[in-house]
Amino acid sequence: MRFVFKTSYAQDQTMFRDGVQRNWYIALFVGLLLLPRVLPDYTVDLSLVFIYGLCGISLMVLAGYTGLVSLGHAAFLGIGAYAHVYFVHDLHLPWIVSVALACVITAAVGVLVGLPALRMTGVYLTIATLAFALIIQEVFARWEHVTGGLKGKPVDKPVLFGVSFANDVAFYMLCLAFLIGGLWLTLNILRAPTGRAWVAIRDSEIAAQSLGVNLAVYKTMAFGYSAALMGVAGALFAHKVGFLAPDIFSVLLSIQLLLMVVVGGLGSLHGAVYGAVFVAILPVIISQARDAVPAWGGLDRFVKQPGFEPGLFGLILVLFILFEPLGIYGRWTKIKLYFAMFPLYKRATFRRQKTYMRSERLR
Amino acid sequence: MDTILQLVLNGLAVGCIYGLVALGFVLIYKATELVNFAQGDLLMLGAFTCYMFVVWYGLAYWAAFALAIAIVALFGAALDATVLRRVIGQPQFAVVMLTIGLGAIFRSFASITWGSEIYTLPTPFSARATRLGGVTVSHEYVSIIVGTIVLCGALYAFFRYTKFGVAMQAASQNQLAAYYMGIPVKRMFSLIWAISAGVAAIAGVLLAPVSLIDINLGFIGLKAFAAAVLGGFGSIPGALVGGVTIGLIELFAGAYLPHGFKDVAAYVVLLLVLAVRPQGMFGAVGRKRV
Repeated sequence: MRFVFKTSYAQDQTMFRDGVQRNWYIALFVGLLLLPRVLPDYTVDLSLVFIYGLCGISLMVLAGYTGLVSLGHAAFLGIGAYAHVYFVHDLHLPWIVSVALACVITAAVGVLVGLPALRMTGVYLTIATLAFALIIQEVFARWEHVTGGLKGKPVDKPVLFGVSFANDVAFYMLCLAFLIGGLWLTLNILRAPTGRAWVAIRDSEIAAQSLGVNLAVYKTMAFGYSAALMGVAGALFAHKVGFLAPDIFSVLLSIQLLLMVVVGGLGSLHGAVYGAVFVAILPVIISQARDAVPAWGGLDRFVKQPGFEPGLFGLILVLFILFEPLGIYGRWTKIKLYFAMFPLYKRATFRRQKTYMRSERLR
Repeated sequence: MDTILQLVLNGLAVGCIYGLVALGFVLIYKATELVNFAQGDLLMLGAFTCYMFVVWYGLAYWAAFALAIAIVALFGAALDATVLRRVIGQPQFAVVMLTIGLGAIFRSFASITWGSEIYTLPTPFSARATRLGGVTVSHEYVSIIVGTIVLCGALYAFFRYTKFGVAMQAASQNQLAAYYMGIPVKRMFSLIWAISAGVAAIAGVLLAPVSLIDINLGFIGLKAFAAAVLGGFGSIPGALVGGVTIGLIELFAGAYLPHGFKDVAAYVVLLLVLAVRPQGMFGAVGRKRV
């Protein structure tokens, strides 16, 4: 087991724990740059991983770090996507300006949603964001002048500073760049007083308030930041799908986004990325595996039913919540600890404490 | 005047369904503080089960109705005993995700078992109507309203006068105290789940002739949230009043507001209620304990 003995204050502020960790991340980065060469057929799916990664970070900030669970993030994604496409196609603004504007608009909407959310707690907030997303979806369908309505709106490939990103590999790099930017920014915000305040709010609102954290300011900020990231992700998502229609941004997408943070592991940025890999890659694996399923008693026909895949997602979600509430990242830390402590691993380290029902009512 | 009466009647019927689904939410929430996002999907299962017995096996409507309620209620109890009991005491978020996952599984199960087409359930009330003055009183709507009233009366009597009902009230008011008084709290919770699922199944069967049966029938649960919140999550009469209010608002919005408002009216009301009076019409004001 490695233990870092800190000898200077600068070590408290470094992004990586030690040189070994930094080198691993550099290796990962190089690997990601080379990946399109290794798996040329899957470049498009991989760029979706990065876009979902951005969405995952956004939701992780809100649900995993601030403790505000939103079931309406597909709406923010949609607002970002439609705003970006409107600016680029209808107003012919430069790509970067358009992304920035989409980001600002979604952030503003996020703050607007966040303001009434200050009065709600727990499941009420979840229901309110759900209602918001359903209303926004209807707006997408009706505001034909901007969104193209139910007919949808085609999206061209991105062109930055006169350079076309129509090539799959180029788009992959673009998404990767945005994901790394998002991760870097979020990591730094989370280490800053803002991030500390968010975590404090998550752990106990009353304790945070007593220590001088302004709940209204920080909750609104969390909403705004999360929505802004979602806006950027939406802009990239628009180019990825190539065609915007209101029913893309449905409740099911919101659920899928939330599934991502739960499966990945709440409360860690690693979790957001793991969840994104999981959610974006699983359908690809399923569609590959479907053809390989043997015909035992009609099993192959069963697996090819259209309703099978959402059910499988639901099952995975249920199993994770019941057996691994910390998600993939939690499982990974357990495995790592097992090998680090090898003969001395104690299973009780992670045993969940017996809890009685914590009432939110006043008696 | 006739149009308004007609709208009121239809709104009442739709609202009763919302009220019944909301009642299911509230029963479970009051007892276990879990919010069941799969309530709408239980409704869908109820409708499909009844359809299966009537159309596939040729049972009489009432027999199929009773069987569907019994099966879904048993299923609800089993669900509590095997899955949901494990998450009591965990953060509410986990429960929300769990029930969303369960809902997805139910929809998938329905689509694999019964197919993803749209079905109609033949009932004794189908396509019959009586004209009263200028108002067309469709028997399907009357069956919904009468069914809701009967069910609510039965539930009221059950909770008020039977030993089980009082024990359930005790268990939902204070778990620990109820436990000390010798009430089998776990079994009570399973029973509450059974009742809640049964109510959802009844709502599903009553709704089936009006709205067609398909696997997305459960999304009506989203509107029932609006009803439950409007009535103050945790108040049983509130859920019904909220449901009827939402039903009326929706129908009137559909008639007098531009296109598109009918579908979102419930959600707009929900957001307004949450922003202005989060405790709803009947909820009690309370601060969380530290």
